[in-house]
Amino acid sequence: MTKQIRQLDRVVIRFAGDSGDGMQLTGDRFTSETAQLGNDISTLPNFPAEIRAPAGTLPGVSSFQVHFADYDILTPGDAPNVLVAMNPAALKANLADLPRGADIIVNTDEFTKRNLAKVGYQASPLDDDSLAGYVVHPVALTSMTVGALAAFEVSKKDAERSKNMFALGLLSWMYSRPYESTLRFLERKFAARPELVAANVAAFKAGWNFGETTEDFAVRYEVKPAKMKPGTYRNITGNAALSLGLVAAGVRSGLPVFLGAYPITPASDILHELSKHKRFGVTTMQAEDEIAAVGAALGASYGGSLGVTTTSGPGVALKSETISLAVALELPLVIVDVQRAGPSTGMPTKTEQADLNMALYGRHGEAPVAVIAPRSPSDCFFAALEAARIALTYRTPVILLSDNYVANGSEPWLLPDVESLPDLRVDFATEPNGADGTTFLPYLRDPETLARPWAIPGTAGLEHRIGGLEKADKTGDISYDPANHDFMVRTRAARIETIPVPDIEVEDPDGDARVLVLGWGSTYGPIGAACRGVRQRGLSIAQAHLRHLAPMPANLGEVLRSYDKVVIPEMNLGQLAHVIRARYLVDAISYNQVRGLPFTAAELETTLEEVLKNV
Amino acid sequence: MSEPVALKLTAKDFKSDQEVRWCPGCGDYAILAAIQQFMPELNIPRERTVFVSGIGCSSRFPYYMNTYGMHSIHGRAPAIATGLSVSRPDLSVWVVTGDGDALSIGGNHLIHALRRNVNLKILLFNNRIYGLTKGQYSPTSEVGKVTKSTPAGSADAPFNPLSLALGAEASFVGRTIDSDRKHLQSVLRAAAEHEGSAFVEIYQNCNIFNDGAFEQLKDPATRDDYLIRLEHGQPITFGADGQFCVVHPPGAFGLEVRETSSVRPEEIVVHDATVTDPAYAFALSRLPGLDLRNTPIGVFRSVDRPSYDSVVQGQLAAAKATVTETPEQQLAGLLASGDTWTIL
Repeated sequence: MTKQIRQLDRVVIRFAGDSGDGMQLTGDRFTSETAQLGNDISTLPNFPAEIRAPAGTLPGVSSFQVHFADYDILTPGDAPNVLVAMNPAALKANLADLPRGADIIVNTDEFTKRNLAKVGYQASPLDDDSLAGYVVHPVALTSMTVGALAAFEVSKKDAERSKNMFALGLLSWMYSRPYESTLRFLERKFAARPELVAANVAAFKAGWNFGETTEDFAVRYEVKPAKMKPGTYRNITGNAALSLGLVAAGVRSGLPVFLGAYPITPASDILHELSKHKRFGVTTMQAEDEIAAVGAALGASYGGSLGVTTTSGPGVALKSETISLAVALELPLVIVDVQRAGPSTGMPTKTEQADLNMALYGRHGEAPVAVIAPRSPSDCFFAALEAARIALTYRTPVILLSDNYVANGSEPWLLPDVESLPDLRVDFATEPNGADGTTFLPYLRDPETLARPWAIPGTAGLEHRIGGLEKADKTGDISYDPANHDFMVRTRAARIETIPVPDIEVEDPDGDARVLVLGWGSTYGPIGAACRGVRQRGLSIAQAHLRHLAPMPANLGEVLRSYDKVVIPEMNLGQLAHVIRARYLVDAISYNQVRGLPFTAAELETTLEEVLKNV
Repeated sequence: MSEPVALKLTAKDFKSDQEVRWCPGCGDYAILAAIQQFMPELNIPRERTVFVSGIGCSSRFPYYMNTYGMHSIHGRAPAIATGLSVSRPDLSVWVVTGDGDALSIGGNHLIHALRRNVNLKILLFNNRIYGLTKGQYSPTSEVGKVTKSTPAGSADAPFNPLSLALGAEASFVGRTIDSDRKHLQSVLRAAAEHEGSAFVEIYQNCNIFNDGAFEQLKDPATRDDYLIRLEHGQPITFGADGQFCVVHPPGAFGLEVRETSSVRPEEIVVHDATVTDPAYAFALSRLPGLDLRNTPIGVFRSVDRPSYDSVVQGQLAAAKATVTETPEQQLAGLLASGDTWTIL
């Protein structure tokens, strides 16, 4: 049968199933196939904190959304065009997000009386007209997979577990994806069990062939490659990019990287990734708690390593006393906070720009640190390098505010040329710096950077003592002198405030915008997509995005004051807006959402249009 | 390796230019002087020696040593020192802490440093009181202790620091006393020679808030009858006339003290710090009574176990041994790993 082929410019697919159904893996593989084809991509995994919530229940639903297009895209997409629902719970949990007319592929084998009852369906939605507004494709995924694997030497359980590969095969056929990378992946993944390689490949091909032959799928789609800058790409998540950025910082500084970390969602993947890179001289220590993790990192920095600790909000709270010590010791330290919804345990697998206040202010005493935030998954690489640059050059703790959205989301990354990465080499102190030629003054500053010398243990002649007690200027001796304390507090503030950071750039293609949207961190994509939408309707709007939150760009005040209105969308209750209002006396409009999910471009677009109406 | 050069350091080389500011009569002075006198013996250059402390009276210690030093925050010295030690195996890293710092606010870091066997020499100055905050009871104060925060007497049962360290898998555990310089230095010597964590409890007198806490162990009239001086390979007898001894009665879980005249010589336990089973050292740690009778001092336990530092450095060395490229080449390879595609 010849199938019709239809061209599309963009598609959003959501794979949803039980948390044991392998939806993250399925989504990952589909993304990789799509990347190979050259589409632009953005992905959004959404999974429960429970490793295996009760099977078939709503809390146990895990999903993975992938948006791909023949042009550059900024978000994982607001609403799926296609939902793959592996069971009734997956259908029920995701139906509300689907626009009318969307395709739904359901695994009919799981639509049993018992499974329907688990999620409160009185009758099967496949049998009544409740799904009349959608294009439903009922597929007996499980039984067809088991049937396809009848001749294979695998247990019934293993055969059933291969149903995600059947689904992947079907979707790969529907969207004309190249699948060689998936076959290679299966060979790697099940290298120790060849029978599972064979079974999974067979399940994948059965899904592909099912699409090819069944009349239910009359149309096949194509999304042409996007026009992207020439170069070599890979698809990368924020946590992976951040890890590689830290490895790169070690290479470019010539210093060993020391990571102290305690397992915490959603930051643990950075610990996992860095633990693989010992050949780069990266040491990872899984500490007994968050405090020990940052303490060990600081101890390593004292000894001449690039000390790093990675965590999420609750961990930063525990580390705050040690971060204050690092402020007093004036040693390099990178603190990565992969933010999640709070307070307390909150929603560990859900995103939120929860911790800007804590990063800026969450320490005792006047304890300023530098704060930066990546705007996208691949930007995490460069943000990590920038955090290391500031920490090493200015001998200060730097808090890097990632979040669950960029950490677990992915996008294509144009691989940088290693030689183009910043040179982060540092000079340790080797000679006495006192006027007499023999004394060492551990708090005598470089007049340009205000950084004190980094004299590491092992350096003869520079033996000195540092600590958390207030220190006298230059000598570093304990001091309770009022004037000295006043001077040191102001100097520590100036140290951060005078770090040169790039000016903020404004994107205003029409050049006549009167409203500026200001964001920070992971909202870059949704804000950017919303601004595009607004402009497509013929309206003008300007977008600026903060990477450096402490210190802020020198031109920010001027930029803010040159617009009639400033809108600040945040996934919190207005933490940046408060800072902007206080620092610049600008009456910014704070737009907030704390649902544990990224903004959709559509909701931001509506909000921005409302603001534009009133200018 | 070339022969080590004799550095010819003296106690004076280890004295910093800072004025020592403990209360007059504090036991810390004696410990400081003993350590300054002892350090040259190690023949380790001053710049390769680091003292890391937490918070408390004892934690002022690093300021007075002319080595590298860090006076950190309350309870965290073992964690900070772990990061330093594991990343700088060329250094000799010492932790100075107190009963509140190590056993209360920093208990978690202490036990984990010990179980990991980080190459740290941990000196716990135990004065059984909070001195710096002016006299509250500590986790080693006796039950019923009347202090500013416990006017009706403390309701807390104390820790036995050595039992705790042994339970935390410590590979080296010892105890000594501030006023006995010779003994203190002998225990430090053994600790310094130990590869891995060495935990040394030093009974230290706080003459302001808990004066005389260990008086029975110091008073010439009582000390010989109270103290058990452990010596490796020697039968454990004590008392002014050797009239007491330690035995392991059949059927008993622990060790007990008997009159030497009442037992056969072969029943007397011969001290062996290298016994693998920590139960032996633990039994020793349980001998003292509330009145400090039968207090063993010396090296309780000293067993070989790979240090955390050596295991971590070994993994790094093994991974690096396979590398043939420059770091930049390696990095370029790492960035381009996984599924990549090229757009022309």
